[in-house]
Parts: sequence; structure tokens; C-alpha cells
Amino acid sequence: MSERILEKLKTRFGTAIFETHSQFGDDTAVVDPAKWHEVMTFCRTELECDMLTDLCGVDYPDREPRLEVVAHLYSIAKRHHVRVKARIGDRELEGDVEIDSVANIWPTANWLERETFDMFGIKFKGHPDLRRLLMYPEFVGHPLRKDYPAQKTQPLVEYRTEEEAGLPLDKQLPFGPDEGMSFGRKVFPGEGEAS
Amino acid sequence: MGEVTRQVTLEGSQTGFATTRLDALLGWARKYSLFQYPFVTACCGMEFMALASPRFDMARFGAEAPRFSPRQADLLWVVGTISQRQAPVLRRIYEQMMEPKWVLAFGTCASSGGFYDNYTTVAGIDKIIPTDVYVPGCPPRPEAVIDGLLLLQDKIATGDRTPGIVKPREDPASIGNVNGLVQLQKKKAAKGDRP
Repeated sequence: MSERILEKLKTRFGTAIFETHSQFGDDTAVVDPAKWHEVMTFCRTELECDMLTDLCGVDYPDREPRLEVVAHLYSIAKRHHVRVKARIGDRELEGDVEIDSVANIWPTANWLERETFDMFGIKFKGHPDLRRLLMYPEFVGHPLRKDYPAQKTQPLVEYRTEEEAGLPLDKQLPFGPDEGMSFGRKVFPGEGEAS
Repeated sequence: MGEVTRQVTLEGSQTGFATTRLDALLGWARKYSLFQYPFVTACCGMEFMALASPRFDMARFGAEAPRFSPRQADLLWVVGTISQRQAPVLRRIYEQMMEPKWVLAFGTCASSGGFYDNYTTVAGIDKIIPTDVYVPGCPPRPEAVIDGLLLLQDKIATGDRTPGIVKPREDPASIGNVNGLVQLQKKKAAKGDRP
């Protein structure tokens, strides 16, 4: 049944559907980002996907185009899923990385697009209120891009210095692996090869 | 109102006075009247609720009364992960408390950031505010927190402001059946019991 959805998409949009695949009952269509809004409107009206389950971004730093916008759609009446992707942005992400907003089709896309903008810096054209959702306005950069430094934090409050505190602030034992931190990046003296 | 007529007679060296230092007396008074402000942000809060329940009975240590205004509290419990966005709030709460004041970091996240080693979490509240006692654990057992409370009381009594860490104890279940501590065998069925 669900492969018929991909067929419908292909007959309607032709070459704007770059590729499709179906696996384990999941159907995916990669579409032309310029036709994003058109495809999504079609999914809403013709395919009756009345529920936008999720909309998010993915960063593949080795690919060109590098970023991917993924939308998961579901039809409550017809009980079918479809996943729609669009790939945007060059390797260096120069200039604005833009795609159409679908917030006027599904109101829930409003916050999902704000989150995607916050985490990946993808701008959604026509979004009513494109602000950061999770991070604070003072935050610089987009943390889920793969080139965001893993150790970098941007504190809102100035940290105390070790002289001011009079003790080392980078705590060591007993905050070791037996304290629920075995999968952290921090390496403690005396660990290493043993673990 | 009747007149108090009871007369106490003391003899020898007991005649009527005791000596102490004022700071020792104050410390003794303070350590049994901790008014706490619980700053609960994450899953450690569940363990805090267990701790505050009659089973563990914090009233034994004079710390049973939570105050939901920092101006009336002298012990700040930081229970759970502190994100960068929350850090200004925590700093402000701390600054609103009256002297003398103490801070207890409840759980690994509050103490060192735990496994949230990323762009959004403060790696230990002592980066922002001075901390007196760290209780590691993810989350710590109420017994561990009571250990921390007793450690804090010791520090208050002696006027010691250096930070202390509650050392993890061995889990009795990992030791096995020592001194009859853990009975892992099934209870033998007595005669007459239904199978």
C-alpha cells in the first residue's frame, strides 16, 4: 500500500523526486528543496497526511549538499507513513541555508522548525517567528552541526576561577566510572587502558 | 499563673556555669536548625522526595523544614542537572540567601555535570557558586545524602568551609552473603504452606 504513495509522488512530481526507497515498511522520498512546500502541500491534501510526526535536521559533513531536512508524516485516517527529505547547503555552508517553511500547513511545524533552526542554522522561509527554541538568544553558532567544537560551552554566568574558589574545579575521583560517568569524554588519572 | 518555687541545689564544681566558645555554641545551634531550599531540576528530585519522606526522616537531623523562599533558607540543595540557561537563576537564588549559608550538590550532575559533557550543561555547580558538600551517585541513595548531611553538620560545627565529598560505600549486594547481610536464597517452604 505504502509504495503506492511513492508512486503517487513520482507521477505527480516526476524529476523533482530525486530518489526513493522502501525498507522495513518505511518509505522515503528525497525531493528537490525548491519544491519542498509544494510536495508537502500535496502530502497534506492528496495523501491526507494530517499529522506531522517530526521535522528535524541532519548534518552529513562529508556530503554535498551537506544538510538534510527530514519530515515524518502520518495519516491518521489512512494509516500510512511517509518520510520526506530534502538536501540543502554546500560543504562550507556559505551564505543562508534556506528552505520553505511548512508551518502554514501543519501548525506543529512552527516549533519543530524553530528547533531545527536553533540546532542546525537552517532558515525556514515564511516562518512566522523564527527564533531559537532550546538555546538562549546569546548563544553563538548551531550546536548540532558537526563542526561545532564538542567541548565548547557558552556560559551565561561567568565561571569562578580556581584561585577564587581555592580548589581545583575540575573534579576527579570519586567521580569516576562507578559514579555513572563511564561514557563521558573525561579521562581520569589511573584509568586509561584498564577500562 | 502560679509562682515557680522549685529550687535547684548544686554542689562542688557544679555550681552554676558552663564554659564554651561562642562560635562552637553557634555552630552547635546552626547545625541542628538547617532550613533547606530544594532547587530541584531533574531525576534526582525523585530521590529527594524519598529522602524527605518519613521513611528516612530528616527531622532527626533538624533539617526537615523546606522553605520555598531563599531568604528564609540557609541550606541550598542543588538537586539535578544545571543547564547553562539555568545557571543565572541558580546564582541569583544563591545570592538571595542570607548568611550564613551552605550548599549541597546532590548527585553527580550537580557535582560535576555527570555524563552531560556537552554544550548545554554546567559541569558542576561549583563553577558558579561555592559548594560545601558533594554527594556523588546517579542518583545517590537517600542514605548517601544523609551521610552528606551529617558531613555538612560536622563542617558547620567546626566552622570548616572546605568542600567535602561523600565517599561511595560498597553495595552490600556486590559483597555477597557476608554476616547475613544479604539473603538471596529463596525462603524454604515450611510444612503446611501452599505450594
